[in-house]
Amino acid sequence: MLRLIPRVENSTAMVLLSPVLALTLTALSAYLIFIFVLVDIPVSSVFFTLFVEPLIDSYYLSELLVKAAPLMIIGLGLSIGFRAGIWNIGAEGQYVIGGIAGSAVGLYFYDVEAVWLLPLMTIAGILGGMFYAGIAAFLRVKYQVNEILVTLMLTYVAVLFLSAMLQGPLRNPSGFNFPESRIFHDSAMLPIIWEGTRLHIGLIVAIILSLVAWFGIKKHMFGMQIKISGSAPRAAKFAGFDDNKTVWYSLLISGGLAGLAGLFEAAGPAGQLTPGLPAFYGFTAIIVAFLARLHPVGVLFSALLIALSYVGGENVQIEYNLPSSITQIFQGMLLFYFLACDILIKYKVVFFKTKN
Amino acid sequence: MNEGLFINIIIGISIASVPLIFAAIGELLVERSGVLNLGVEGMMIVGALLGFVVMSHTQNPFLAVFAAMLGGMAIASIFAFLTQFLLTNQVATGLALTLFGLGFAAFAGRGYTEETIQLITAVPIPYLSDIPYLGPLLFSFNPLVYLSFFMVYLVWWFLFKTKQGLILRAIGDNHDAAHAIGHNVVRYRVMAILFGGAMAGIGGSFLSLVQVPIWGEGMTAGRGWIALGLVVFASWQPFRIIFGAILFGGITILQIHAQGLNINVSAQYLSMLPYLATIVILVSLRIRLKNKTNRTVPNCLGRIFHSTT
Repeated sequence: MLRLIPRVENSTAMVLLSPVLALTLTALSAYLIFIFVLVDIPVSSVFFTLFVEPLIDSYYLSELLVKAAPLMIIGLGLSIGFRAGIWNIGAEGQYVIGGIAGSAVGLYFYDVEAVWLLPLMTIAGILGGMFYAGIAAFLRVKYQVNEILVTLMLTYVAVLFLSAMLQGPLRNPSGFNFPESRIFHDSAMLPIIWEGTRLHIGLIVAIILSLVAWFGIKKHMFGMQIKISGSAPRAAKFAGFDDNKTVWYSLLISGGLAGLAGLFEAAGPAGQLTPGLPAFYGFTAIIVAFLARLHPVGVLFSALLIALSYVGGENVQIEYNLPSSITQIFQGMLLFYFLACDILIKYKVVFFKTKN
Repeated sequence: MNEGLFINIIIGISIASVPLIFAAIGELLVERSGVLNLGVEGMMIVGALLGFVVMSHTQNPFLAVFAAMLGGMAIASIFAFLTQFLLTNQVATGLALTLFGLGFAAFAGRGYTEETIQLITAVPIPYLSDIPYLGPLLFSFNPLVYLSFFMVYLVWWFLFKTKQGLILRAIGDNHDAAHAIGHNVVRYRVMAILFGGAMAGIGGSFLSLVQVPIWGEGMTAGRGWIALGLVVFASWQPFRIIFGAILFGGITILQIHAQGLNINVSAQYLSMLPYLATIVILVSLRIRLKNKTNRTVPNCLGRIFHSTT
C-alpha cells in the first residue's frame, strides 16, 4: 500500500525535483502516444523536430521567442492574481479587447506618422484589457458573482465582438470585404529587436515587467497582501487587508497585462487586426503561470517551455502532417503531471504492508 | 402564433437546453460533495466525440450514448485521481482537464470532421402523442430529453431521500466531521466525480448526436462553462437546473430565430446573448439574495481533504 505522510517542512529538494519529474513523465507519455499514433516515422525524429530543432535553428528560435513574449506577459499577470486566489480565467478575452482597443487607435491614425502613436496604442490596449477585467472585478465586489464564470463568458463575447468589428467599423475599406483591418502604419508597428525575424520589443518589455513584479511582490506591501489573501484569507481579514482592493488590483493587473499582450500581438507579428488574433495564448498562459508556481520570474522560463511546444508542434505538423492539437495534449498533460508531482513537496510517500 | 411554430419552438428549446441539464445536474452532485470540477467543458467535448465516433461506426444510438458516458467517466477519473489521491488544487486540475479534453478531442477526432451520421430523432410515444395539443407538447420528444428530466429527479431523490445522499451532503458541508464519524470521504467524492463525468459525457454526446449530425473541434462552445453557471444559478437545488436550462435554451432559440427574421443586428451580437445572459442571471440571483449569504453553498466546496488517520 501507498500512504501519504505530511512533511513537517516543505521539501526543498522536491521543489526543484518535481518539475523535472513532471517533464520526464510528460516526455515518456508523449513517447508512448507517438508509438501508438505514428505508423512509419521513427519516434526519435519526431522528438527531434518537436523539442530540439526549435532550439538550434535561428529562425525557429526567433519564432519561439515571438510566441513566448505574450505568454510571459499574460502569465505574469495571472500569476499575481492566482496568488491572491482571484481566478481570472478569461485572459483570452482581455487580450482580444486590448488588441481591438489598441488597434482601433492605430487605425484611426492610419496615415499619421508619429512617435506618440505606438505609446498611445499601448495605453489603449492596456486600458482595454483593464476595462474588460474590471467588469468581472466590479461584479465580484458589488454582487459577489464568481469571477471565473464572468471572465470566461466575456471571452466568448470578446471573440464575437472582434468578428463584428472586423466585418464592420474596423474592416479595411479597400480590402475586398475580407474581415481584416488595414495594415498598420510603420510607426504603429513594434520595433524589431532581431534583424530579419519577427522578434519584437515585447520580449524585452516582458522581462522588465517580470523583474518589476518580482521586486514589487517582495518589497511592496501589496505583494504581502495578495500572498496572504490567497493562502490565508482569514488571516488577511484580521490583518485588516481590504478584500475588495485585492480583487480589483488582481483583475486590473492581469487584465491590463493581457490587453498589452493583445496589442503587442496585433502591432507586432500580425501588423494588422485579424480574426486570427485570439490564438489561445490567454488559456495557455494559465498553464504558464502554474508551471512557474506563480512566481513572476519563473513565468519567463515556463513561457519559453510552452513556446517550445508550440513551435515544435507546428513543425511536426508541417513535416509529418501530425495535427497541431497534439501540442495542446502535451500542455494539458504537463500541467497534470506538474500538479501531481507537487504532492511530493508537502507529503512523503511511504510504502507499508497491510496487516491481515 | 400558429400551433406548428409554437411546437417547433418548444422542441427547439428542449434540444438546446438538454445538454446543459445533463452537464449541470452532474456537476451539481459533484459540488454537493464538496468538489469543484471546472473540467465540465473538457468532459463534454470528449463525450461529444466518442458518441459521434461510435455512432458513425455502429449506427447504434444506445452504444453511442453509452460510449460517451464512459468517455466522460474516463476523463473524469483523471480529475478524481489527481484531486482525491494526489490532493491537487481543484481549480487548476479542472482547468487542465478542460484544456486536455479539448486538445485530446481535436486530436483523436481529426479523421471524423468530414463525416455525417444519422441523428437520433424524436420518438413519439404511441397513443399518448396523438392527444391533441398535449400529445406533441409532452409525449413526442427525443428519448434523451426524458432521460435528462429523469436524471434531475434521480439526483434530487438521491440527495434528499436516501441515507447515502445525506452522507454526501454532509461530506460536502464538513468533510472533517463526516470523516470523524466514519464516512469514507474520498470514496463518496470519487463516485460523485465519476457520475459528473458520465452526465457531462452524455450531455456532450447530445450535441453531436441530436443537435447536429457532425463533429467539429470545440463544438461545445462554452456550454460546459454555462453549465457551471447554472449550478450556481440553481443554488445547488436540482429542480432549478431545469428552469435555468430552459431559460438558456429559450435565449439560444430566440437568437437563432432573430437571425432568421433578418433583424438589423449583426449575427455576432445575437450570438453573444447566451453568454451575456449567464452573467446577467448570476448577477440577478445575487440581487435577489441581497446580502444574505447563500446558505446552500456546500461549505467545503473546493477544499482539499486529507486524513492522517
